[in-house]
Amino acid sequence: MQVPPSAGMDTFPQLLIRNARDWGDRPAYREKDLGIWQSWTWREVLEEVRKLSLGLKSLGCKEGDKVAVIGANRPHLYWVFAAVQALGGVPIPVYSDSVAEEIAYVLGHAEVRFAVAEDQEQVDKLLEMSEKLPLLEHIIYEDPKGLRDYDHTSLHRYLSVQEAGQALLDTDEQTANEWFEAVNAGKREDIAVILYTSGTTGRPKGVMLTFKNLIVAVENANKFDNLDENADTVAYLPMAWVGDHVFSYAQCLTAGYCVNCPEGPETVSIDRKEIAPTYMFAPPRVFEGMLTHIMVRMEDASKMKKKLFDYFLDYANQVGERILNGDKVSLFARMKYAVGEFCVYGPLKNEMGFSRVRVAYTAGEAIGPEIFKFYRSIGLNLKQLYGQTESSVFITSQPDGQIYADTVGVPMPDVEVKIADSGEVMYRSPGAFLGYYKNDDATKDTKTEEGWVHTGDAGMFLDNGHLKIIDRAKDVGKLNDGSMFAPKYIENKLKFFPNIKEAVTFGNERDYVCAFVNIDLVAVGNWAERNNIAYASYQELAAHPEVYKTIQSHVDQVNKDLSQEPMMAGAQIKRFLVLHKELDPDDGELTRTQKVRRNFVADRYAPLIEAFYAGETSKHVVTEVTFEDGRQGTIEATVEIREMDTYRTDAMSAIGEAAE
Amino acid sequence: MTVMDPTLEEVKRRAEEREVLLDLENVSLSFGGVKAITNISFNIKKGEIRAIIGPNGAGKTSMLNVINGFYQPQEGVITFNGEKRSSMKPHLAVSQGIARTFQNVALFKGMSTLDNIMAGRATRMKRNMFWQMLYWGPAQREEIEHRKKVEEIIDFLEIQHIRRTPVGTLPYGLQKRVELARALAMEPELLLLDEPMAGMNLEEKEDMSRFILDVNDQLGTTIALIEHDMGVVMDLSDRVVVLDYGRKIADGVPEEVQSNQEVIDAYLGLSH
Repeated sequence: MQVPPSAGMDTFPQLLIRNARDWGDRPAYREKDLGIWQSWTWREVLEEVRKLSLGLKSLGCKEGDKVAVIGANRPHLYWVFAAVQALGGVPIPVYSDSVAEEIAYVLGHAEVRFAVAEDQEQVDKLLEMSEKLPLLEHIIYEDPKGLRDYDHTSLHRYLSVQEAGQALLDTDEQTANEWFEAVNAGKREDIAVILYTSGTTGRPKGVMLTFKNLIVAVENANKFDNLDENADTVAYLPMAWVGDHVFSYAQCLTAGYCVNCPEGPETVSIDRKEIAPTYMFAPPRVFEGMLTHIMVRMEDASKMKKKLFDYFLDYANQVGERILNGDKVSLFARMKYAVGEFCVYGPLKNEMGFSRVRVAYTAGEAIGPEIFKFYRSIGLNLKQLYGQTESSVFITSQPDGQIYADTVGVPMPDVEVKIADSGEVMYRSPGAFLGYYKNDDATKDTKTEEGWVHTGDAGMFLDNGHLKIIDRAKDVGKLNDGSMFAPKYIENKLKFFPNIKEAVTFGNERDYVCAFVNIDLVAVGNWAERNNIAYASYQELAAHPEVYKTIQSHVDQVNKDLSQEPMMAGAQIKRFLVLHKELDPDDGELTRTQKVRRNFVADRYAPLIEAFYAGETSKHVVTEVTFEDGRQGTIEATVEIREMDTYRTDAMSAIGEAAE
Repeated sequence: MTVMDPTLEEVKRRAEEREVLLDLENVSLSFGGVKAITNISFNIKKGEIRAIIGPNGAGKTSMLNVINGFYQPQEGVITFNGEKRSSMKPHLAVSQGIARTFQNVALFKGMSTLDNIMAGRATRMKRNMFWQMLYWGPAQREEIEHRKKVEEIIDFLEIQHIRRTPVGTLPYGLQKRVELARALAMEPELLLLDEPMAGMNLEEKEDMSRFILDVNDQLGTTIALIEHDMGVVMDLSDRVVVLDYGRKIADGVPEEVQSNQEVIDAYLGLSH
């Protein structure tokens, strides 16, 4: 294929042409298929994208059309973005684990004409909702398994669309040039993508990001961490999430690095180990999960190994982070650390697929300081960043060498951050979104005329210039005695214990703080196995007296910690219970990105909250649940409520007493 | 775009049109004085899903064992693919295109999923021990070809994540899936499934049902299955044969069988 010599760098399709020209033979996307890593070079990607793009055009896709993309991380689905953008259309990635109604809402709101789905599962959802989506004309699927006997009048195979595109190229020589011209006509100010936020409250909103938003933000980020075409990353987070869109598409195209797609969601850890990415991103729960997994397995290791492991981890805890930060450390300590690297840290990192990582990020939630410190001490350059969909991810980030577990770093280049009088964090940046799609009211509420965007998070700058996030601004409330109540802050403290998976606290305009706790089935289940405690279900294990005892000790520790912090001491947990069911996105209790929908949970479990404040010690509840196949059912349980001691601090003694 | 449920007549007509793959005529099997199967005749047609049901001890598993040559019936004629068959060993049944899974999972517990499925290809490997000892050359090429086929099956049944896991450590539902994979590796014409859903939870059953339908639909494999979950049987199968105390008491499409009084009596029991 002839790659045209000149192309701008204003849109992603233009960048794709540049990459095909400059790095034509370098791998751009890899996917593990039939047990073997298949790779596509930049030149091949450009060819695939062009075929697909022309095929879509022959189906009638034109400038301004919206194209939904539903599925797990597959190179073929990433190419849809570029193929659609090349035609002047707007791709709309949708969460693939959403139920049919949720997908229908997004597709309906976005007035989608085309949908590209990964497989039968997604196609079925779209067909089921086809009556509600009169604008949806064509569905294109990638994996033909199980779809052979479907009516193919408006259903197309990905390959056959590409073949149609290829046929156009073969018959008319002008087609190729016209396509390149159309790509080069793309402008920076055009809308690149509409990302629907999962939304902890209400309906999802479509965030419109322009090419300029994404490209400027991402180029700054690439410079910040010295990312170039030699990097490797693994794409495994939902494609509809802004993080994945930036890491696996926008950054990949601007820096020219390679994105690796695992075989499936269950094989991510195996595939990560095989690829050993150099740049990676994971929400805190992934790091927590890996650490829990390692600790559980170390329990089964031989005594000698366990001793070695404990000894060197303890040593890493003392010096590892200082070495990573480039601080002054004695030669002896460095040598001893090197021995530890050889015996423990190296193999450990290899096992987790971190051997080549230069920069790893975590964001989305607060990460437990212990966990954060653990990874840094064994030599993983784990950092935190703060961002949101509306900002094209990057607002603040931790520069190398200046890492603090409780902050999210300093503002990125070109980003201005200020704290509003209400305590809310606000920013102004080139990455700031254009607006919400078909929702001007929401846009006006979020973005001021001067370009400042409300994040909705309460935070403060510390003396060292780093930003610290406390909680969602609207969630921060007050107890009846006037002390500050930041639910997320307390919940995070609880969640830092491996046994606790999720916690929800209540206390705004109440007399004291109460908490729902979800146990972590992996950690607690393993503990139960070791102690010969038989259980048949989550519900049974959650109600076990020994489990309650353990959780109680964790809550007690949290109260102790809170009493040390003058601002938070009044909000110690007075009563708690272990919930009889796991919070689940299918029941609407969590968002698709696993964040708690606080108000929804409060409504759903209102009887339990009443029981908290009525002073009852147990409560019988019946809860409706949705099974994975969409059927409804109920679970019944009698939930025990426990009382806690609160601690007094000298500074807050008055409030301490009031809370007693 | 929805698929309409065909009428009863339509279903019957379709069943009539199909070619007979396996035909059993007046088959009887006894162990000493115990009669396991008495004078049973039925057939399995190409491309269908045929369920064999019946209460405990009705002779269902014996029936499967007769079909794949493990037991020799004392009386009766079995015709497979138009060929009358005399005495036969199970490995011959395999080479003729009959594969099966077992009621109690019968995998090599210490071996990985991949190796277990590769074992299913053993009868299809042509190179002798000499070549295999050489490692390089034709034997290696052959192994690569077989591995490709195995990987396709792994992809088909969505078990990539347990490729390297010893099957003994897998949950039951996944072991059943690996067993199905091993049977599929033989590329059978007729697949015998002995209680593929026993001991599974709802979600695993749904997955398994989907795989059985996919195997039937995509690979064109004829399937005979024994199953106790009536919901599954009625949803999946094209035709059902019902056994009780070694005798055939009903044979037909699910709707017919369901309303058959003798079947209802056999399942609910009769006061004597």
